[in-house]
Amino acid sequence: MLSVQYEDFDLAKEYACLRMRSDNAGALVMFVGLVRDLPDGLLQMTLEHYPQMTEKALGNIIADAKQRWPLQAVRIIHRVGNLQPSDQIVFVGVASAHRAAAFSAAEFIMDYLKTQAPFWKRETQSNGERWVAAKVSDEKALEKWK
Amino acid sequence: MIKVLFFAELRERLGESEFMIEDFMGVTVADVLRELLELNPRWHQILSEQKMLIAVNHTMSGLSSPVKSGDEIAFFPPVTGG
Repeated sequence: MLSVQYEDFDLAKEYACLRMRSDNAGALVMFVGLVRDLPDGLLQMTLEHYPQMTEKALGNIIADAKQRWPLQAVRIIHRVGNLQPSDQIVFVGVASAHRAAAFSAAEFIMDYLKTQAPFWKRETQSNGERWVAAKVSDEKALEKWK
Repeated sequence: MIKVLFFAELRERLGESEFMIEDFMGVTVADVLRELLELNPRWHQILSEQKMLIAVNHTMSGLSSPVKSGDEIAFFPPVTGG
């Protein structure tokens, strides 16, 4: 299950929903990504995406994760639009029988989302706006899954 | 006809979010890029200087990926979501 949305999300609700969808899970891992402030101040973070492609890309990542680990439920939420420092930006929730699979799958999903899903961040500071550059470390993170 | 889309910094630098190639005669993404540059010579530097990702019909692709009339090709900078 995945959502790309402007609105914030409620962790308690997502947790309840994951539990309902996973009958006999022994492990439930949830990851939340937050907008980090900058040392010299971040006024706004704007998320652009490629709407027709985003859901397909995230769907493929979920399908890949399910092929690798026995997962009972997976949930991805990614926000777009204008966000402020400390806002929630991304949610990944995974339920599985055992914790190793749940931890690994959540990390796998985030690593692929970071490099494969068509989202772009733009930062506004008091001295202007700029596009965030992609990190080499994000690309390298994929190597452990190959 | 081929629909070409640009996103994020690339869209801003080109000043264009969408471009149609009417009579596409090529067979790959590289052919699309060549036609784009022939029609818009001023885009040459921008489209060749930075690392650029390519999607054909919403799937990550490369310069050698096949393209046929009716396809949607998107060019964009490395992604920075999450």
